[in-house]
Amino acid sequence: MKQWARDTLTGIRASYGRELRAYFATPLAYVFIATFLMLIGFFTWEASSFFDTGTADLQPFFYWHPWLYMIFLPALSMRLWSDETAAGTSELLLSLPVSVTGLAAGKLLAAWTVSALALLLTCPMWLTVNYLGTPDNAAILLSYLMSFIMAGAYLSIGAAMSSLVTSQVLAYVIGVVAAFLFTAAGWPMVLGAVSSALGTGIGELVAQFSFLTHFETAERGVLEVGSLVFFLGVIALWLALNVLWVNQRRSTAR
Amino acid sequence: MLELKQLTKSFDGHMAVEKAAFSLNKGEVLGFLGPNGAGKSTTMRMVAGVMEPDHGDVLISGHSIITERREAQRRLGYLPEGAPLYADMTPVEFLKFMARAYRMPRKPARQAIDRVIADARIGNVASRRIATLSKGYRRRVGLAGALLNDPDVLVLDEPTDGLDPIQKRAVRALIARMAPEKAILISTHTLEEVPAMCNRAIIIDRGRVVADGTPESLAAQSPGGLEETFITVAGAAEADVA
Ligand SMILES: Nc1ncnc2c1ncn2[C@@H]1O[C@H](COP(=O)(O)OP(=O)(O)OP(=O)(O)O)[C@@H](O)[C@H]1O
Ligand SMILES: [Mg+2]
Repeated sequence: MKQWARDTLTGIRASYGRELRAYFATPLAYVFIATFLMLIGFFTWEASSFFDTGTADLQPFFYWHPWLYMIFLPALSMRLWSDETAAGTSELLLSLPVSVTGLAAGKLLAAWTVSALALLLTCPMWLTVNYLGTPDNAAILLSYLMSFIMAGAYLSIGAAMSSLVTSQVLAYVIGVVAAFLFTAAGWPMVLGAVSSALGTGIGELVAQFSFLTHFETAERGVLEVGSLVFFLGVIALWLALNVLWVNQRRSTAR
Repeated sequence: MLELKQLTKSFDGHMAVEKAAFSLNKGEVLGFLGPNGAGKSTTMRMVAGVMEPDHGDVLISGHSIITERREAQRRLGYLPEGAPLYADMTPVEFLKFMARAYRMPRKPARQAIDRVIADARIGNVASRRIATLSKGYRRRVGLAGALLNDPDVLVLDEPTDGLDPIQKRAVRALIARMAPEKAILISTHTLEEVPAMCNRAIIIDRGRVVADGTPESLAAQSPGGLEETFITVAGAAEADVA
């Protein structure tokens, strides 16, 4: 167990450094960050008419996070494992004396770092609302933190999907679909349909698995420990699936 | 140092490796021969812990690749078929990544990296992106990675494939220099280099070991030498196909 922990830490260190490098060695990270910033700006100002609401807060900004993450983060995570399979470097990677959990965690953390950087670069919006009025800064900080954790949850889904299939494009598509299910489960439209078809009890149960539901608590400025645990649990679950799928490939074919 | 025990692997009911069993001692350089699709790479993948066998086991310096995978892999250097590498890295960055995975402390890592760069003769390309290197250089970068940890057991899948005659000779000399301290398993299709590089040879065909001996003794089995022995013992497969 102690040895496993050491081999996991070694795996995290080695793969985190490599993957982070890889993101910035290609235009991928830059393109991702730039596009994300442009779209979040557009949605916040244009689609939610930021200036017309009359209140100085970032609600219209945070509202879009789950939806943009759903589309964008799978693009960041799709290469994590399928790239290795395509280039044959998985052969090399799996011959190293590190645990697969360490490799998977290191890869996830690298993608998470890039998404965190994009999030950090939205801080000028925070400054802007402080210039315009007196927002609830505690609630905003909390929303930022929750958004960061939620990004990890989206990325863990995408990373696992990229270990399941060998094609990057396919990894992206099924990553978005899985992310959509986890997001839309809390959408009033979907919830209404589920509740009327299967009863409100089932509707509420489905809502409990939605990223929207758990993210909204933070937007209201309440730290729900349950929501934090939910996101961390989602990350742990998908990381475990990721490790399982990599190990499964070891025992079947490449 | 290396022991294969009844190693078996099938793909969709087709036997790729069937009960491969042999052992290698320190100082032995084993030429692993066989026609295309004989199961050489599959065997080597299982030895490296990259692929799990259906049955059987591999011991590397006494550690099972199945129950103590990482202990076994610490003592192993592996050059996969085609020498896959991270194209976006430079050889030095790649070797640093490998050193981190082997948990080498900073100073020994730096020394080891300098050593393998010299051994594999990649000093002149050490800080170029791997994507821009020629096939031969890539193979040597892969070789440098396999040597980094100074492993007990080296598994090299077609290490001289794509090298020019000068480089082939350099790789053979490198192997000869390391041989006394290691057990080395090398697959190759270039039969002529086997007597020069190996002190033992195994021929496998359709997953089964069909010949095992010194290159000289295998060559002596047929009047036409090693190539004719190869064709005789492995030729049955070709006859089936034709
Ligand atoms: N991942 C895989 N899935 C299905 N079949 C496989 C897989 N890997 C290998 N095989 C099959 O197993 C057999 C052995 O292949 P292997 O690559 O080990 O041969 P080899 O001796 O290395 O051949 P070569 O000299 O061409 O490199 C072949 O019939 C091959 O088609
Ligand atoms: Mg092969």
